[in-house]
Amino acid sequence: MNRYPTWKYLIVAIALLAGLLYTLPNFFGSTPAVQVTAKTSAGIKLDEPARAKVESALATAKVPSTGVTLDSHGIRARFADEDTQLKAKTVIESALVPDKNLDDAPYSIALSLLSNSPEWLTKVNALPMYLGLDLRGGVHFLYQVDMKQALTKRLDSLSGDLRSQMRQKNIRHAGIDRTPAGILMKFRDDATRILAKNLINDNFTELQTVEGTDGSDLTLVANLKPESIRKVQENAIQQNISTFNKRINATGVAEPIIQQQGADRIVVELPGVQDPSKIKELLGRTASLELRMVCESPEEISAAVGGAVPFGCEKYPSKTSGSGFELVRKRVELTGDRLTDAQPGFDGQTQEPAVHLTLDAAGAATFKELTRENVNKRMAILLLEKNKGEVVTAPVIRSEIAGGRVQISGAMTSAEANNVAILLRSGALAAPMEIVEERTIGPSQGKANIEKGFHSTWVGFSLIAVFMIIYYLLFGVISVMALGANLLFLVALLSLLQATLTLPGIAAIALTLGMAIDANVLINERVREELRGGATPQAAITAGYERAFGTILDSNVTTLIAGLALLIFGSGPIRGFAVVHCLGILTSIFSSVVVSRGLVNLIYGSRRKLAKLSIGQVWKPGAGNGAEVAAKPAAR
Amino acid sequence: MEFFRIRRDIPFMKHALVFNVISIITFALAVFFLAHRGLNYSIEFTGGVVIEAEYPQPVNLEGVRDALIKSGIGEPQVQNFGSARTVAIRLADKDANIPSFVSPDPNIKKNTFDRDKFAAIAIAPGGADGKILRVEVVGPQVGKELASDGGLALLLVCIGIMGYLALRFEWKFSVAAIIANMHDVVIILGFFAFFQWEFSLSVLAAVLAVLGYSVNESVVVFDRVRETFKKRRALAVPEVINHAITSTISRTIITHGCTQLMVTSMLFLGGPTLHYFALALTIGILFGIYSSVLVASPIVMWLGISRADLIKPEKKKDVNDGAVV
Repeated sequence: MNRYPTWKYLIVAIALLAGLLYTLPNFFGSTPAVQVTAKTSAGIKLDEPARAKVESALATAKVPSTGVTLDSHGIRARFADEDTQLKAKTVIESALVPDKNLDDAPYSIALSLLSNSPEWLTKVNALPMYLGLDLRGGVHFLYQVDMKQALTKRLDSLSGDLRSQMRQKNIRHAGIDRTPAGILMKFRDDATRILAKNLINDNFTELQTVEGTDGSDLTLVANLKPESIRKVQENAIQQNISTFNKRINATGVAEPIIQQQGADRIVVELPGVQDPSKIKELLGRTASLELRMVCESPEEISAAVGGAVPFGCEKYPSKTSGSGFELVRKRVELTGDRLTDAQPGFDGQTQEPAVHLTLDAAGAATFKELTRENVNKRMAILLLEKNKGEVVTAPVIRSEIAGGRVQISGAMTSAEANNVAILLRSGALAAPMEIVEERTIGPSQGKANIEKGFHSTWVGFSLIAVFMIIYYLLFGVISVMALGANLLFLVALLSLLQATLTLPGIAAIALTLGMAIDANVLINERVREELRGGATPQAAITAGYERAFGTILDSNVTTLIAGLALLIFGSGPIRGFAVVHCLGILTSIFSSVVVSRGLVNLIYGSRRKLAKLSIGQVWKPGAGNGAEVAAKPAAR
Repeated sequence: MEFFRIRRDIPFMKHALVFNVISIITFALAVFFLAHRGLNYSIEFTGGVVIEAEYPQPVNLEGVRDALIKSGIGEPQVQNFGSARTVAIRLADKDANIPSFVSPDPNIKKNTFDRDKFAAIAIAPGGADGKILRVEVVGPQVGKELASDGGLALLLVCIGIMGYLALRFEWKFSVAAIIANMHDVVIILGFFAFFQWEFSLSVLAAVLAVLGYSVNESVVVFDRVRETFKKRRALAVPEVINHAITSTISRTIITHGCTQLMVTSMLFLGGPTLHYFALALTIGILFGIYSSVLVASPIVMWLGISRADLIKPEKKKDVNDGAVV
């Protein structure tokens, strides 16, 4: 009766072994390290001389390291603590990149935490839990993407395309304007309007049209379809995330997290980083290129002479212009989106530093048409960075330029050309962003959080263990072992899932343990009650476990409902709490029922003539002190 | 060892009215303080700035506060946390947006809080060796979403638990359990309003966890009520409930005692971040025992529970429904 079939014992044993295996890596801890890897684009390999160079640089600077190793990932230098690690990073940087130009160095040098667990554990995918920012220090940003701007940008570019296609197809409109939410086209007659409408339906599937009138003119308003609005927004987020990724990777921060959160937010978490302003500047940087025509019609020039900015024009500073600024049209002919590459170089004729740009097919076509139609006019190339624009150069178009290769040159040093090229290449942000949440946690704070969290969990666990063992004797010991198994399973599961452990997560582990003991208390009390009712020890065990199970299930389901609600609606710290809480409820059912029953069966199951269970004193009313003769067992 | 040596069923239901009156008064007080004082929301909800700094020696809080006010910042809240050398400075969103502390961020055409300047002023009164431990800047829009998500989560928990209990027992039980446990939630919030303890995201998590946890209590008692109805046909309804509560009380106290051991350990050893989390749990556990046993049961009685509600006409196997303590 109180015996498990062998397979059941086997399952428990395997579960415990697996639990142990996957919990193990967490005990080895991790070491602060500096990791040097070769950038893939650089095409070099890190070798033994490079390792020796790092080692000797550290020795010269008297920064004690606990080992500099070379493996397939690169060079890793380990240190005793975070302070040494930070110092070492500076030393290694100046040793490997003497010119301090980290952006262009062939190496990336990053702070990282290396697990101390042995190789064979890593091979079976047993990795330690990933520690959240609140436990290891670092910066956290929550960016909100300005979706309105993303839509405006898309409409701007569409209206430019529409204008040029109507010109190509010879559809004579009486004006195309941008309204806040769409594109307004005016026509003299209905036939033209139908032509325009067909053009939009055929070639601009993102747009939908509404007809109307404006005075004597017939109008057609085009705006973005709901599904294309969604698509633009998705693309904006995706593009910004990939731009972030590129920029963060360039800095060499190890294990960055860059994720979408909700419809329009991006979370950036950088462990180990302590200087948020530098990262913020880097991430927020936007550089984009625009091609516009220079305002140079006679009336515009005369207006400008009077000091006014003519209608439809904007004033931008320019180093190449004699007056220090340039008047350019508001209308954008071509944007940096069409750019596929940007490389620094030199002008073939003048040997001036220059940036060579390559446009994609659509961009090349637009550029060809633009140059054909504007021969002998001036075209301005604007570089917009941090919302400040500058006209880099404003050359006169001599002839039509086909092939999509454009060169920017004029009053640049070669370092500036280099910078411009990097900025353009690393991509622009699709839409401006705003930081809505920012958190910096110092490394010492993280360490204190871990210590306090674990300390309080252990103290609580020990208190429960002591009480249970005193109160329930051997059954108490079994309960505590089941609780220990629960902790093992939970940590193993979290490590296996590579969940991020945060302080609320540790709190959830503690709380789950405190709650999980409930199941064993239920069982033990029920067994005692059966004994009190006169059942034999073996029957009491069977009945105790069977009857308690329904209640354990009920109470865990209600707790799980609360946990799931937290998981669905929670974000950030709440989510960390909820994940652990839900997993803990599941593991606790297994350990408190299956594992503890297995132990009980192992101890008592084979004894046929069992006279007594070691479950503490079972008090029977009426027995012992004999004061109340009439007292019936239990109740009434 | 056995703590509970109860010879007769304790006549809890005789005092049902008293328990409920106590409950109603506490509840009313909690609502009053919530309405009157409101919750002291953390900046996660309101938006604003928190800086935690560590000084080489214990620092005079007034000095830090004066230095900040002199620099033109609005109404900073300066408190010790953890030790006399560590200080938390909180700034409401409106105070964080005063002109001298924001610098235009060219990337976003908007002004952002100048945390470095703020940190420098906060550190100065304690000497140059102070360290910034943690900085948190939250925009107001994030907080609004958190509050509405919290409300939705609470609603989902209520619906889920009520649905489960109605399925497993009967609607009268689910109504009683949810009234009892929602009243716990209000009382926890009432405490936080009365003492103006900081109501943060982790406290919200604790409140929701308590809701799931203390419903257990009602479940255990209800399970036993059902079993008693079945086994002892002679008993009247209040006697059945008395018996159910009496025979589960030992388990109730021991379980909650164990959970409370863990929570107490977090309360005193878990550091400032876990302190209020553990505090909310403590209040929740204490009131949870009271309400889910002594409030939920009388409500079930008054809702007119009867043997017929629980014992289905068709005969079921005893093993399946005998799930009790």
